[in-house]
Amino acid sequence: MTRYLLTKLIEAFIAIWGVVTIVFFVSRILGDPAVLLVPVGAGQQEIDNLRTALGLDRPLLEQYFQSLFSMLKGDFGISFQHTRPALDVVLERMPATASLAGLALLFGTLIGAAAGAIAALMRGTVAELIVMVAALLGQATPTFWLGIMLILLFSVELGLLPTGGSGTWLHYILPGLTLSVFVSASIARLLRSSLLDIMREDYVRTARSKGLMPRTVFFWHIARNALIPVVTMIGIIAGELLGGSVVIETVFAWPGVGRVIVQGIQAQDFPVIQAGVTLVAAIFVFVNLLVDLLYGVLDPRIRRG
Amino acid sequence: MKSFLSALLRSRAGLFGFVLVMLFVAGAILAPYLGLASPIRSSLTSRMVAPTWTGLFSPGAHPLGTDELGRDILSRILYGSRTTLLIAAGAVILGGAVGTLLGIIAGYYRGIVDRILMRVVDIQLALPLMLLALLVVAAVGASTQNLVIVLALTSWLRYARIIRGQVLALREREFILSAHAIGAGTWRIMIKHLLPNVMTPVLVIATLELARIIIMDAALSFLGLGVQPPSPSWGRMLADGRVYITTAWWIVTFPGLAILLTVLSVNLLGDWLRDYFDPKLRTAR
Repeated sequence: MTRYLLTKLIEAFIAIWGVVTIVFFVSRILGDPAVLLVPVGAGQQEIDNLRTALGLDRPLLEQYFQSLFSMLKGDFGISFQHTRPALDVVLERMPATASLAGLALLFGTLIGAAAGAIAALMRGTVAELIVMVAALLGQATPTFWLGIMLILLFSVELGLLPTGGSGTWLHYILPGLTLSVFVSASIARLLRSSLLDIMREDYVRTARSKGLMPRTVFFWHIARNALIPVVTMIGIIAGELLGGSVVIETVFAWPGVGRVIVQGIQAQDFPVIQAGVTLVAAIFVFVNLLVDLLYGVLDPRIRRG
Repeated sequence: MKSFLSALLRSRAGLFGFVLVMLFVAGAILAPYLGLASPIRSSLTSRMVAPTWTGLFSPGAHPLGTDELGRDILSRILYGSRTTLLIAAGAVILGGAVGTLLGIIAGYYRGIVDRILMRVVDIQLALPLMLLALLVVAAVGASTQNLVIVLALTSWLRYARIIRGQVLALREREFILSAHAIGAGTWRIMIKHLLPNVMTPVLVIATLELARIIIMDAALSFLGLGVQPPSPSWGRMLADGRVYITTAWWIVTFPGLAILLTVLSVNLLGDWLRDYFDPKLRTAR
């Protein structure tokens, strides 16, 4: 277990280092921030002065190691747009993104798990068909379009809910619903097929034949094992929710990290891009690490193997 | 081939997916010959015309309405499918080729090559690919070529991991051992003997990847990082039409439906292919 844990930890660090490296070099391709920052009509002299002040005239590798070192200390530089520390700009947007993703993950998983279990337990019935068709549609629907359609129905036509922004709990309903559909569709399909696989195992037949209550067999022998792939899936989905936040936050004008990153890319605000992508990636990697560990707990073969 | 077709005909979901995919491909290829209105020429006199089904075959008909510049939406969707399918197919082929090759190399050589490659796969799997794709496309520019490369980069690892597992099992089989015995070279074994035997899983992954890539491409172009105007793209149509949501619902509704139907049909086909080729999974249905 220690070795497994250690490998995963090292991998996590390499992953974050990789992101930081990609983000650093890619944002240097994006353009020269000095040109954007000087007032209109400023001469070359002023641009050069600013480049020196920002350290942009030094060799690229030196800048790279310099920023790696600062990032270790939590210093991502000053945002060009907001003229205050980039990490602060991103961190204060984090609660909005995290609460939305958490809400969608919670409700999506609950609905998806219930639907998946119903589909597996009621094989061949209309209930299974409905669940499976709904899940297929849910998986094929682009979240950003679903969001727009929900706005069209609930905000434009019925006038019940706000079209975007944040503030009250009403603002959570449409983006939360949109993301939950995506989450529950994946969970329902996976749990159903995983349950059906496990139900055919010999040890399930053994458990039944020795006279255990159906409920005991379901929860202790079937569900426990069927949940292993679902846990992995939840980790992957949590990551996709964070990475996909750029799209859904644009649709609902949600003041989260994804939106601030998109705005940063448009304004070529390197420090904000770096801080935002690094933060999201770090959380992403951390969630994956957590999933790997949980996986080890649920499936002892992995721990010992 | 015959049993493949008869199995396809017996599966309602698989057949539905197959027929729809074929329709989309045909629509994309035949778009210039269908006598449609121009997808890029705007017409100020027919801005935001609602969908009408009367006189469907007359020259000025707009069955799906027109957008804010008076361009026919049906025509834009069909022309947009050309770009989408071109980029998605390019990315699937590139990502599939690279991933399959690396998977075969990792599984065949094992040892240090395998360990390094699989670590890279593990690490890349733990990254927010959508976010990185967004960043890279913003930096290098959203040309068709760049989009294909970036989307392929998010895709290769899924092939590499599964194909490696297949090759690990295959390399101990008698026909590979006898190929060794008659002195076949490494490349010959990899290309002539291993590659044909992993083509079915490659096909299955490719179909499911196609669906994922179509959505990712649409999301990128929704954020303004797809093929640039005036070329129509589905994601861009959604982004532009969103502004007119209160007055013209059709502008934003139909391109999204096109994405949904395409992804749904590709997914159905992919699920069916997986069940057909992998009997272990098929029994679960």
